[in-house]
Amino acid sequence: MNWQIALPEIVLALAGCAILLIGVVPRRDMTFPVAMATIGAFLVTGVLVLMQPEGTGFGGQYVSDSFSSFMKILALAAGSLSLLVALDWNEKEGLSRFEFPVLALFATLGMMVMISANDLMSLYLGLELLSLPLYVLAGFDRDNPRSAEAGLKYFVLGALSSGLLLYGASLVYGFAGTTNFDRLADALSAEAGVSAGVVVGIVFIIAALAFKIAAVPFHMWTPDVYEGAPTPVTAFFSAAPKVAGVALLVRVLAGPFSELSDQWQQIIVLASLGSMVLGAFAAIGQSNIKRLMAYSSIGHVGFVLMGLAVGGESGLRGVLVYISIYIAMNLGAFAVLIAMRRNGRAVEGVEDLAGLGRNDSMMALCMAIFMFSMAGIPPLAGFFAKLYVLLPAVEQGFWVLATVGVISSVVSAYYYLRIVKVMYFDAPQPGFEQRAGGVTVVLGATALFTTLFFLFPAPILAAARQAALALMG
Amino acid sequence: MNAAGFPLLSLLTFLPLAGALIIMSVRGEDAVVASNARWTALWTSLITFVLSLILWFRFDKSSPDFQFVEQLSWLPEFGVNYMMGVDGISVLFVLLSTALTPLCILASWESVENRVREYMVAFLVLETMMVGMFCAMDFILFYVFFEGVLIPMFLIIGIWGGARRVYAAYKFFLYTLLGSVLMLLAIIVLWFSAGTTSIPELAEFEIPFGVQVWLFLAFFASFAVKVPMWPVHTWLPDAHVEAPTAGSVILAGVLLKMGAYGFLRFSLPLLPEASAYFAPFIYVLSVVAVVYTSLVALAQQDMKKLIAYSSVAHMGIVTLGIFTFNQQGIEGALFTMLAHGVVSGALFLCVGVLYDRIHSREIARYGGVAKIMPAYALVFMLFTMGSVALPGTAGFPGEFLVIVGAWSVSPWVALGAALGMILGAAYMLYLYRRVAFGRITRDDLRSLLDLSPREYATFAPLIALTLWMGIYPQSFLSFFSVTVSQLVEQHQAAVQAASRLAGLP
Repeated sequence: MNWQIALPEIVLALAGCAILLIGVVPRRDMTFPVAMATIGAFLVTGVLVLMQPEGTGFGGQYVSDSFSSFMKILALAAGSLSLLVALDWNEKEGLSRFEFPVLALFATLGMMVMISANDLMSLYLGLELLSLPLYVLAGFDRDNPRSAEAGLKYFVLGALSSGLLLYGASLVYGFAGTTNFDRLADALSAEAGVSAGVVVGIVFIIAALAFKIAAVPFHMWTPDVYEGAPTPVTAFFSAAPKVAGVALLVRVLAGPFSELSDQWQQIIVLASLGSMVLGAFAAIGQSNIKRLMAYSSIGHVGFVLMGLAVGGESGLRGVLVYISIYIAMNLGAFAVLIAMRRNGRAVEGVEDLAGLGRNDSMMALCMAIFMFSMAGIPPLAGFFAKLYVLLPAVEQGFWVLATVGVISSVVSAYYYLRIVKVMYFDAPQPGFEQRAGGVTVVLGATALFTTLFFLFPAPILAAARQAALALMG
Repeated sequence: MNAAGFPLLSLLTFLPLAGALIIMSVRGEDAVVASNARWTALWTSLITFVLSLILWFRFDKSSPDFQFVEQLSWLPEFGVNYMMGVDGISVLFVLLSTALTPLCILASWESVENRVREYMVAFLVLETMMVGMFCAMDFILFYVFFEGVLIPMFLIIGIWGGARRVYAAYKFFLYTLLGSVLMLLAIIVLWFSAGTTSIPELAEFEIPFGVQVWLFLAFFASFAVKVPMWPVHTWLPDAHVEAPTAGSVILAGVLLKMGAYGFLRFSLPLLPEASAYFAPFIYVLSVVAVVYTSLVALAQQDMKKLIAYSSVAHMGIVTLGIFTFNQQGIEGALFTMLAHGVVSGALFLCVGVLYDRIHSREIARYGGVAKIMPAYALVFMLFTMGSVALPGTAGFPGEFLVIVGAWSVSPWVALGAALGMILGAAYMLYLYRRVAFGRITRDDLRSLLDLSPREYATFAPLIALTLWMGIYPQSFLSFFSVTVSQLVEQHQAAVQAASRLAGLP
C-alpha cells in the first residue's frame, strides 16, 4: 500500500486535529494563533503537494498526478487567502471563534481528497468532508437569521445533491460493475454499446457536481447562500469549493467517462450556455453586491464549463487557466467586499461603494482592476482566461458556445461597469473604516497578479498544460 | 534591423505609462499633487513627442515594409510574439497620437480642477494604448491595445464629463465592446487557419471566400462601430457632448481613426475578395453617412454635437475612399484621417475655449464673439475652413483625392462624396455665422477675454499643421504612397486571381 501518495492529506488531517486541540485546551481566546497555524499547515501541505510522487494508492482509490497537484495548490491558495481576509472581519463582527479556521481546514482537506479521488467511493468521501464544514460555515453567524437560513438552505439542497450523487454512483456501479475510475474506463470502452443505466447514472453525477459548482440549472441556492452567509465565508464559497468541484467534474468526465463524451457533452454545453446567459442577465438588477457576485460567479462557471465541453488538451488547459485566474480576481473582489464597513457595521449595497475612488483610491483602483478583468478587457488577466477558453471552442467549431460566450461577456460588462461607475462617478458617501492588514495583503497580491499576468503567462500556462496532459493519460 | 538602433516604438508606447506610474506615486497636498501631476504629464508627453519625431526623420519612405521592427517572444506555445513596427500607413498616426496628447494636457490645464492626478494618469495610459495599437504588428497585441483604450476613455468620459456622462460612458463602452468581441472570434479563426498572428505573415495567407465573408462581417462589426459608420454612429454624439474637451479631441483625433485604420490594416489586405464583395454595401453606408449626418448636423443646437456629426460625415468620406481600392482613394482617405484628426481636434478645442468661459455649448447662447475675441474668431475661422475643405487648408487634398478615386469607381459615388463637401460648407459656415457674427445679445459675452498665452500655445502647432497640410500635402503623402501602391497592387492581384479561379473573365 502506497500511503505516501496521500502524505499531504494525512499531514493536513493530523495538523487539523492538533490545531483543534490548541483551540480547545487553553482557556484564553486562541483564534488568531489557530488561524495562523492553519495557514501554516496549508503552506506545509502545499510544499508536500509539490514534492508528492505520482501514482495511485490505497487499492486504486487514490491518485496523484500533475493535475491533482495543480488543483490542490489552487485550493490551498484559495483557502489561505480567504482565511487571511476573514480574520479581521470575524473579530469585528463578534464571530471570532477558533472553529472557523479549523472548519475551513477540514473543508480544504475534503477538497484535496476529492481532487485526488480515483474511485466513486473516495469521491463521495471527499465531497462529504467538504460539504459538512461548509454547511456549518454558512450558518456560522448563528444569531443572524439570514446566516442561519443560508446554512439551512445550503444543507437541505446539499443533502439532496449528495443523494443524487449516491444514486448516480450506485447506478454506475450496478451497470458497469465497478466504482474504480480506471476499471470504469476499461469497462465503458470495452463494450460496443453502453447500457442506458450508466448514462442515467452519469447524468445524476453531473447534476450533483453541477450543484456544487453552481452551474445552471442547479444554481438556485447560490444567491441566497452568498447573501446570507458571512462575507468571508462567501469569499471561501466562491473560490475553494469551485476548484474542487471543477476538478472532480473534469476528472470524472475526462477520465472514466471520456468514451461517453457524446452523451455528456450535450449536458455540459447546455449547462454552460445557461450559466453564461443567466450570469450575465440576472446580475443586472441586483443591488446587493454579494448577490451580484453570486450571479457573476455563475457566469464564470459557464465559461469554465465551455472549456470542459470542448475537451481535449487545449480545452482542459483553458479550464485550468480560467479557474486559476478566476480565483485571483474573485478573492480580490471579495477582499474589497470584506473591507466595506461603516460605523462598525458591514454594508453590502452596491451603492455603498459610492465615492470609493476619492475615499480610498488604492482600493478603488484594485476593485476597478478586478471588475474590468472580470468583464474580460485586455490587458488584464480575465481577458486571457476567456481567450484560452474561446481558442479551443472556436478551433473545434463550437460556434454557438463561443458566440454566446462573448456576447454574454458584453452584457455582464454592464454590471461590472456599474460598480466602477458607482466607485468613481457617483457622489461620495462617508468613507469606510480603516482596512485590515490581511485585506491589504490579499488585495495587493491579487491585483498585481491580475494586472501583470499578461507579462509572464508562461509558467501558469505550462503547469496547466502539463496538468491537462496528465488527465488525458 | 532597427533604424533607430534602440527599441524606439516600445519606448514611445511605454514612456507615458512610466509617467503615469510616477504621477500615481505622488503624495501630498491636493494643490501640490495637482500641479506636479500636470507638469509630469506635460513633460512625459512632450518627451514622447520629441522622441517620436525620430520616426519623421528616419522613416524610409521608399519602402513599403514595416520599419523599426522589434520582436520578443510572448506566448511561444501559441506562436504569438510581441512585435512592434510601423509602415507607411501607421507611422503618421503614431505621430498624430504623440502630438495631440501634449496639446490635450495643455488644454485641460485649468479646465480640469478636481482629481487632476487621476485625469493625467488616465490620459497617459490612453496614450500608451493608442501608440501601442498603431505600432502592433501582432494581431493579439493589436487587440489588447485596441480594447485597452476603452478603460481610460470610459473613466475620462465618466468622471470628468458633462451632465449625462454616465449614460454616454456606458454607451461608448458597451457599443465598442460588442463590436470588438466579435472581432476577437474572427481573430481566433484567423489564428487557427493561418497558424500565426503576425500581421505581415497573415497578409500572405489565402483564405477561402466563404470564410472571408464571415470574417469580414466580424471585423466590420468592430471597425464600423469605431469609425463610426452610419447607422452605428449614435454613441459618438453622446460621447463627444459629454466628454471633457481634451477627451473629445482625442476621441475625434485618434480614436475614430482606429476603425478606419483597422479596415486598412486587416480587412483590405487579409480579406481582399470579401472587401471587394462588400464594397458597394460600404459605398451606400458611407454616402448615407455623409449626406444624412450632414443634414443632422445642420439642425444641431449644441456646438459639440454639430462637430460630432460632422466627424461622422468626414469619416464616411474616409470609408468611401478606403473601399475604392485605388491609389487616389486610399491616399485621400489616409490624408483625410490625418487632416480630420488635426482639424476636428482643433475645433473641439475652440468649443472648449468658449465653454471654459461661459460654461455653455449652446449655439444660441453666443453671437458676435468676433467683436470681443478677434484672435479667437480668426483661429476658429481657420479651422472652420479646414473642416469645409477649403483649398489651402488641411481638409482639401484628402477629400479631393477621395472624390477623384470615387469617380473611377462610379460617378454617383463621387457625387455623394462631393455632396458631403457642399453640405459641410453649409453647416460649418452656419455654425460660424451664429457664433462669431451677429449682434451681441448677452451682456456676459462683453466681458470675455481673448485667447490666453496657454491657449495660443495650444493652437499654434495645430494652425501650422493645418496650413502645412493644405499648402504642401506632399510631405505627408510621401510617407504612405509607396505602402498604399503596394496595398493596391496586392489587392488587385488577389481579386484577379480569385476571379480567374472562379472561371470569370
